[in-house]
This record gives sequence, C-alpha cells and structure tokens, in this order.
Amino acid sequence: MHSDADDKLLPVGSGRRNFLKCSAWAGAGVVWMMVGGVPKAFALDEYGNLPKGIILSSTFNFVQISDSHIGFNKEANPEPIKTLQEAIDKVNHLPKAPSLILHTGDITHLSKPAEFDAAQNILSGLPAVIHYVPGEHDVIDEGAGKAYLERFGKGTKGNGWYSFDDHGVHFIALVNVMNFEAGHLATLGEKQLKWLKDDLSAVKHSKPIVVFAHIPLWTIHEHWGWGTEDGVQALALLRHYGSVTILNGHIHQVIQKVEGNITFQTARGTAYPQPQPGKAAGPGPLKVRAEELRSFLGVTDVKSVKGEHSLALINSTLA
Amino acid sequence: MKKITSVFLVLIGSLYASFASAEGGSIEINHHHFAPDTLTIKKGTTVTWVNHDQDPHTVFDGAPEKKFHSSALDTNDRYSFTFSEPGTYHFFCTMHPDMVGTIVVRE
Repeated sequence: MHSDADDKLLPVGSGRRNFLKCSAWAGAGVVWMMVGGVPKAFALDEYGNLPKGIILSSTFNFVQISDSHIGFNKEANPEPIKTLQEAIDKVNHLPKAPSLILHTGDITHLSKPAEFDAAQNILSGLPAVIHYVPGEHDVIDEGAGKAYLERFGKGTKGNGWYSFDDHGVHFIALVNVMNFEAGHLATLGEKQLKWLKDDLSAVKHSKPIVVFAHIPLWTIHEHWGWGTEDGVQALALLRHYGSVTILNGHIHQVIQKVEGNITFQTARGTAYPQPQPGKAAGPGPLKVRAEELRSFLGVTDVKSVKGEHSLALINSTLA
Repeated sequence: MKKITSVFLVLIGSLYASFASAEGGSIEINHHHFAPDTLTIKKGTTVTWVNHDQDPHTVFDGAPEKKFHSSALDTNDRYSFTFSEPGTYHFFCTMHPDMVGTIVVRE
C-alpha cells in the first residue's frame, strides 16, 4: 500500500483536529478498500484513524446517499425528514467536503409533488452538486415517472440515464425502475444497454468507473425483487475495465461483493431499515427499537485513493 | 296457481342471480403478496384491492389495453374495479412486479 512515513499522502489539512472531526463523523465507521488486489475492511479507531500502516490519500471523494423516502410516516420512522437532515449534517462535517453527491433513488415515498419539493429543499443543504437516479417510489405518479423527469431529467437520455466525468472518474447513472413486467425482475432494457455500450466505447480501460443505479445490478434475493434481470449484460460490458465500482440502494442495508475488478456495494438509507434477505415474510419497512434506528441508517463516503486503482468505500451510520 | 308459482320462482331466481353478481370480490395485500392471487367472479362484480402493507403498491393490468390501473396505494388505501366483460385478467404491482394475480370473469 503506501508508506506510512510519506506525509504527502495524508488527506489535505490532516492533523489531530481533523481526525477528531473524523471520529465525530465515523460513528460505526468502516473503510472498505482494495489492498494488494484483495478487498479488506478496516475499522476506524476512536480517533477516526485507519489501522497503522494504512494511509488513505484522497485526491477526490464523493458521498452516496440513498432511500430518503420523504413522505413516509409509518412506525418504522415517522420522521424521515429529520433523519435525512441528520445525514446531511454528517456530510457537512466531513473533514474534507465531497466533490459531488450521488443519490441512488427513492428520494420520495409516493412521488408526490410536496414530497419532491421537501426533499429537494433539504438536500440543497448538502455541500456539493447532487446527481440523482430514480427509485421505484419516485415513478408512481400518474405519469409513471414524468414527475421525476420534470425535476431531474434535464440532460438525461431515455428514462433518465446519463454519464459524466469528474476528477478522472467516469460516472454512469442507470435507471432500472421503469417498464416493469409482471413476474419479472427489474430491467435496464435494450435501449439503455445499447446506450451504455456506446458510452463505454469512448472510455479508456484504465479509467476508474462508478456505476450507480437504484436496484442492485446483481441478484441479491430474487424472491424479493432484489436484482436486475439483464444486469449481467451491463456487467459483461464493464468487465474489461481496470476499476469498476457499482453503487446501489433499494435494500436499505450494506451488502458488498467483489468480482474481479468490479466492486459492488449497496447503501443504507436515511429513512428506515429493511429485513436481511429472506429473514422476514417479505421486504419493506422494518420497525426496530427507537434507540437503535439510527444505527441502521447512514451514508457512504467514497474516496479515490492515490496510487490505488480501486475506490475506498466508507460506510457510516447516523448513530 | 301453477302459473303464479312459476312466475314467482322465476322472480326469485333472477333476484338470486343478480345478487350473486353484485357481490364484491376482495383481494388483500400483505407482505408483498396478493391474497387470493386468483379470484373467479361473475361479470359485473366489483373487485376491491386493499393494501395492508407499510409499503405502497399499485394494481396494474399488464395488457397493452390497460383496462385498469390504480394510483399508488399507501397503507389502508383501496382500489376498486368492476369487471363487466368475461375473460381472464392478469394484474401485478408496478413497483414490485413479482407480485402477480389473476381474475377470471365468468358470464
């Protein structure tokens, strides 16, 4: 990895003060990154430091936030606006402000205008531009997605997919919550896959790629709709790239997987937890003890580590 | 007397038939499932779906003609549709498409 004697690799403005700030942020902070080609998880210590010998030099970091479900008001969390605000406060206290934010969908609970308004209002408190993808809760208006696209569709293609570059990383936003068919898992669809192939044709294999979409692109639990039927076709297009990170939401818990150069991770939400795969009669809001709720909610800080091809993923809870 | 009896019987009979067809059908939504997931009814019956889940759901006729579809149903919301034509109607939830059901409408 990196030599711990090399101070140039420490985060900008690092020092004890920033590490203390970092520990206020960390909560249950876990850094997950590739070390010598092998995925490893490191718990941050009480000062927010990584274990001795591991130094994170971040030339670029961004945050993934997901499943805010503004409009939800049932017992699993009667106040998702409050917990979203807490998550935003956490992001605003990061030692280094993120360069951008990804919201991986289910911004609202019922696609109502007032819910979109409230969500956008609170999210404007984040310190960077937000790039959205819709969740299935965001496209249940009468126009089956028109409401989402009116607000977030500018510059996107098809049902809202797009790509952009930032700090040498190629970001690809995919939509897998439209055109559902009875008895089938979510799909990306032919048009989107064709667009993806065209989009990737201009991307060098050495460039790190981040793909974000609401529903997991790999199958976690088919019986609960936790997967994308044609996700394998997207993965086939991505396999030749040196570093691919796939960030999803939908399931309100962190599940990780590594396949060759592709790292998969789902995020916690900021609204309510869901049961672990197969551990309940079905998916949906899971009521936990009030004092435990915030340990199930959180955000992900993603760092591009200098000299390491893969991105470091830091999952933190609100507790 | 016989004529009156038979007229009376026909009247009772037709009353019974209309009563049966006016009976509503009910489909409950629990744990991301429709129950029953298959319902057989007479034409003219109104079917009501009731969502008991904490998650919202929709009811959607997957056919291109899109004969019936609900808006988003939150907890305790309901949606009704009267099936006036015989046939087999498949429906599903557009948010959770693994949730499927069938209504068979008889004459």
